[in-house]
Amino acid sequence: MTAPPAELHLEGVGKTYGRHRALVSVTATFSPGRINTILGPNGAGKSTLLGILATLVRPTTGSIRWGDKPLGPTAAARAAVGYVGHDPGLYGDLGALDNLNLFAGLYGCDVDPQALLAQVGLSHVEPLAPVRTYSRGMQQRLALARALLHQPAILLFDEPSAALDPTGAAWLSAQLAAQRGAGRIVVVVTHDLDAVAPLTDHLTILRRGRLAHHAPVQTALTGTDLRRIYTETTGAST
Amino acid sequence: MPRPNGFVSTVLRIAAKDLRIEWRNREITTTMGFFAILMVLIFAFAFVNPAGDALAPEVTAGVLWVGLLFSGTIALARTFDRERDLEAVRALLLSPAPRAAIYLGKLVGVVFLMLIVETAVTLLSAVFFSAAIGRHAAWLAGFLALGTVGYAAVGTVVSGALLRSKSRDALIAALLFPLVTPLVMAGVRGTSMLLNPETPDPESIVFWTQFLVVVDAVFLLIGLWAFEPVISGE
Repeated sequence: MTAPPAELHLEGVGKTYGRHRALVSVTATFSPGRINTILGPNGAGKSTLLGILATLVRPTTGSIRWGDKPLGPTAAARAAVGYVGHDPGLYGDLGALDNLNLFAGLYGCDVDPQALLAQVGLSHVEPLAPVRTYSRGMQQRLALARALLHQPAILLFDEPSAALDPTGAAWLSAQLAAQRGAGRIVVVVTHDLDAVAPLTDHLTILRRGRLAHHAPVQTALTGTDLRRIYTETTGAST
Repeated sequence: MPRPNGFVSTVLRIAAKDLRIEWRNREITTTMGFFAILMVLIFAFAFVNPAGDALAPEVTAGVLWVGLLFSGTIALARTFDRERDLEAVRALLLSPAPRAAIYLGKLVGVVFLMLIVETAVTLLSAVFFSAAIGRHAAWLAGFLALGTVGYAAVGTVVSGALLRSKSRDALIAALLFPLVTPLVMAGVRGTSMLLNPETPDPESIVFWTQFLVVVDAVFLLIGLWAFEPVISGE
């Protein structure tokens, strides 16, 4: 019998930088097969929270569990997490294949880089051309290929649509839906409410480092709905 | 499904990545090489007398170690620039690669680039300063290699710490040079002894070699310990 997909559970997670409390006692659950959207004004702690989930930032307080295992800065935990940020996280002087081969080697994966490139719509690119010569949209596609190559159970997105054109943003929305369909825990931090609203299954709003809203979405949201909830919760305009 | 990766293979992958990038654009070696040639020519113009006598070994040793210091700074700054561009370093840190392996991989890459330029500087010194590099060639090579490893061991940590600093280029030298002073003093002293054709002093040379080995070991241990907190910015 197959075990049910594991949830990601945060219990009293906090992060302090010097005297600044970036995150205060956050208790939250992110489920697989859901798009978990995190919103909040600048400085609300969204990126800190994502950094903690990515195992790049150590929480000052609290604990994180993925199923029955702690999620911390270990190789096993890192192998379970994929991350796409607003910067692509790639070596600009290397080509697409070299980048994918490098990261596949670091993750200890046997992958077909050409198949991955095809999966993200980059089968047409010159594989040896330096990534820095790619358009922003192409770099984000390759970043997603890099994040998916080890088949992570947890997929984190930090402002993934920033600086993407409408075509790129539409492609990204389709990819988010596809990753939800693959049963991954998808966590998205964004300010692009219109793009993320119809995809959101679970909404989290942070305000001054504290959890201000954390609830599943019952019916599909529109950008207007999401803006209203956001404004009511944070008191900030979008 | 990911499988555990070997520590040594991770080190080699990261070093090979830096060297592959350099092989593609040759930016660092060109800059370092140009600087090294210019430096030797300036010193040659300043110190070499018209009769073409060999330069005092202390001066040649100084030239070699100044070359090591400054070319190393260029190598460190540029290899870490490549980590910062497009936030590649974040993807590297997200991977299961041990931080110690990332540190050693960066270190190996920098050492390799520095050794290429040091070879050129040493050969140029032999030509322009009539330095007797052939008398103890293997020992001299080992001595410079020890100095390079020690320098890169500290430099990799300092460059990692300054990865997100805007005035990084200025700060690398300001922070790094005082830290490597013992290494450079030992290096210059030992190298000048190796280049001295008249007063071979094996005991002193052995002493300075041992000194460099100890300094390298200390710097490497500190680097392995300090790299994770400095690179993750915590």
